[in-house]
Amino acid sequence: MLRKIRIFAATVFFVLITLLFLDFTGTIHTWFGWMAKLQFWPAVLALNVGVVIGLVILTLLLGRVYCSVICPLGVLQDVISWVSGKRKKKKFRFSYSPAKSILRYVVLAVFVLACVAGVGSLVALLAPYSAYGRIASNLLAPLYQAGNNLLAHFAEQSDSYAFYRVDVFIKGIGTFVVALVSLVVIAVLAWRNGRTYCNTICPVGTILGLLSRFALLKPHIDLASCNGCGVCARKCKASCIDAKNHVIDYSRCVACMDCLDNCHQQAIRYGKPVGAVKCAPSTTPSAASKAEANKAADPSRRRALAATAVVALSSVAKAQQGKSLQDFVDMKKDGGLAPIKEREEPDRISPLTPPGSLSLKNLTQHCTGCQLCVSVCENHVLRPSGNLMTLMQPVMSYDRGYCRPECTKCSEVCPAGAIKPITKAEKSAIQIGHAVWVPDLCIVNTDGKSCGNCERHCPTKSIQMVPTNPDDPESLKIPVVNVETCIGCGACEHLCPARPHTAIYVQGHEAHRTI
Amino acid sequence: MEKQEMNRRHFLKVMGGGAVASSAALYGCGSKSEPGAASKALGEVPTDKMTHRKNPRTGDVVSLLGYGCMRWPMIKGEGGKDVIDQETVNRLVDYAIEHGVNYFDTAPVYLQGMSETATGIALSRHPRDSYFLATKLSNQRNYTRENSLAMYRQSLKSLQTDYLDYYLMHSIGGGSGIQLFEDRYINNGVLDFLLKEREAGRIRNLGWSFHGDVKVFDHVLNMGIPWDFVQIQLNYLDWKHATSRNVNAEYLYGELHKRNIPAIIMEPLLGGRLSNVPDHIVARLKQQRPENSVASWAFRFAGSPEGVLTVLSGMTYMEHLQDNLRTFSPLDPVTEEEKVFLQETADLLAKYPTVPCNDCKYCMPCPYALDIPGILLHYNKCVNEGNVPKSTQDANYAEARRAYLVGYDRSVPKLRQADHCTGCNECSPHCPQGIDIPAELRRIDRFVEELKVNG
Repeated sequence: MLRKIRIFAATVFFVLITLLFLDFTGTIHTWFGWMAKLQFWPAVLALNVGVVIGLVILTLLLGRVYCSVICPLGVLQDVISWVSGKRKKKKFRFSYSPAKSILRYVVLAVFVLACVAGVGSLVALLAPYSAYGRIASNLLAPLYQAGNNLLAHFAEQSDSYAFYRVDVFIKGIGTFVVALVSLVVIAVLAWRNGRTYCNTICPVGTILGLLSRFALLKPHIDLASCNGCGVCARKCKASCIDAKNHVIDYSRCVACMDCLDNCHQQAIRYGKPVGAVKCAPSTTPSAASKAEANKAADPSRRRALAATAVVALSSVAKAQQGKSLQDFVDMKKDGGLAPIKEREEPDRISPLTPPGSLSLKNLTQHCTGCQLCVSVCENHVLRPSGNLMTLMQPVMSYDRGYCRPECTKCSEVCPAGAIKPITKAEKSAIQIGHAVWVPDLCIVNTDGKSCGNCERHCPTKSIQMVPTNPDDPESLKIPVVNVETCIGCGACEHLCPARPHTAIYVQGHEAHRTI
Repeated sequence: MEKQEMNRRHFLKVMGGGAVASSAALYGCGSKSEPGAASKALGEVPTDKMTHRKNPRTGDVVSLLGYGCMRWPMIKGEGGKDVIDQETVNRLVDYAIEHGVNYFDTAPVYLQGMSETATGIALSRHPRDSYFLATKLSNQRNYTRENSLAMYRQSLKSLQTDYLDYYLMHSIGGGSGIQLFEDRYINNGVLDFLLKEREAGRIRNLGWSFHGDVKVFDHVLNMGIPWDFVQIQLNYLDWKHATSRNVNAEYLYGELHKRNIPAIIMEPLLGGRLSNVPDHIVARLKQQRPENSVASWAFRFAGSPEGVLTVLSGMTYMEHLQDNLRTFSPLDPVTEEEKVFLQETADLLAKYPTVPCNDCKYCMPCPYALDIPGILLHYNKCVNEGNVPKSTQDANYAEARRAYLVGYDRSVPKLRQADHCTGCNECSPHCPQGIDIPAELRRIDRFVEELKVNG
């Protein structure tokens, strides 16, 4: 019964959290956005005291149910492990193994140090929610979007507006590769040994494990009823039941209740343990080295993936067109679309961070790199960073769109306090950077044409067009930027006709200002 | 996009017509209905009933439906490049000739310069004397004598022929008016050359097509040169409601008729704008003649005046061709009452704030990669369907907003939308309808911005 409740609750959480990463319409967020905010590490970074205390109390009361129900990465491993167990002769494939305490605490120490030192990329690599987020947003979301686009295609055929197309593209090759490697490592570990990752690597698992030893309610073996068959140990995906000695390692038990349902003698009960229960001693790091070995497989795979990506990109290159006879006659041929040169990212001294993130420092300190903001950014502005220190944390790019005034989605969804909630009114006054004009690239100078597209689209009216020649009001006009009122939204940069480099671009500010 | 739209609409119409016809047969006056009457609305397309007109100058017997070769179907060729779907063009041409069409009109600049070659390939499979071939001197960009003559010779080559039945000075009346006309054809001696070619028989009929400044029209008509024909824009909307600096067709046709110069009609359907009309106009037209398409009204109007030699239609799809063949085989001229009815319809249509874009693509390619006709046609579609809300208080605001924005992204890729217009105005001088394109794009951009902000 308890097991069924656990499975039900886990399914609800898992499906809805996954949908948070997939749904680009914002509907799921309206109702279930809080589920992301329940995640342990983001809540710690957000200094969300209420949630952290709540999760501590939950663990002290019931054990690591967080790992079995709330954590999407944990549930993902359960799903993979469950599929693995459906194979023949694999029904009872687990066995007790001693805890790899040294590894666990070393990883935890590295993790805490990385947090303190502000190495966001390492934090994002280890934190379980981040790992799941990048898997969902990089690997699952494109499939979901492709499915949506198929429906949109049919909707279009039938003149319905129920579905609309979205762009499917790899937002950051580094993050994509990391996501793929994460999934492979975790899937292999889960396929073979269930919750190995949670009990050797996961820093949140280690922290909660410290608490769950002292949980009020936990599974315990009734020595009077136990016949020593050991089924419980062989069904324990956390490998934490030492059936011979009738001891359970509560630091690793994720309270999945599988042992309860599988004990034919009903000798395991969940509740307040009667009498003294010993904690298992911790020794030998053998399974952990296996995990490490799996991780070592990364580089070659990474290279292979990069190569595939290069091939895919180069295939987009345009084919040569044959010269027809008419090319010898000079005429303006009607129709056809001019090609669009791919944008190249300007060289920003400081990266652009979304309104609400307060400053680059605040973002790097709090962001867990879960990709939720990147997933919901409907204007395709946010991308995971490719910088080694801040890998997977969001940065802004204006090649596909700009940070539009009516959207505050990233600030609404961030569970880690890296992007604080802001209103549309607040956003209109937050200066995240300022526009810089590049005379040599402006079409006034390259094509000899006035344009003014930046001025027309500036939401804060911070750009004016002035004649190049002060004495001739009819001369071609160039943009001048009022950097005091410019908020750095990127409308000018996105809509600038100059390609591949724009003639006006936004220089990021390390700390945001309110104007 | 719009063509598909028309196509489906047309399909529905035909289906509707069929349903009306069959129910009439089932419940109507059964005694009068002949066997097989139920399928009359969708019966065989006649092959031998095409209405013809005689060119008073050369005696050419021309089919009243002419094939416009500006809108051949396109497919994606190598490297994603647009190419003409030659196989389908061949099929359309064969079908048209089989059903009595014998006039084909193209130009060197059509379809990114590919129309003449494709038309030539399709027509060269038929005896040269079984059709009349028309093409034009499109020397708008470079009107040196050399380039103009090269263009003429190139047309003969592309069309695989050594004579042209109808040759036109392409789209006079634009730009600086008379000055540009003189520069393109008189000062460089090109018109003299063309007149000599006519004498030599390599040009059997010499004429011109006209858009824009009425002064040019009057000037060229009164030059004292015996023009064999003139091509004008005529339809029931332009008869009295010509937009921008275009001239009412009533005047243009009247002047030609007075001089006994055959008129060739272009834009009889305004690039589909007279087929893709608001629902209440559809209802109004279908009510009068339930078995006929909305488009057929426009074609019947254009074909009715006796001085019209042929009515050009750029038929992209087989369904367009078949529907038009039915309309012209034979033509049932509009009655006086119907003319009044169509004028009333035109008055209603003129009230719609659509942009008078006929999707001719003369404005393209835009140097900044916008899809200008795509943007304008989407706007028109939404005007016709009531999806251009005037304020956020409109009852259907949410649905209209979604339809506009979702449809916009479907019709035009984001990087080719109106917000990327630099206002360079490269486009406007090429527009035969005289649309101030940058101004329209800005207006649409502002409207879209309003929709986006007010979600």
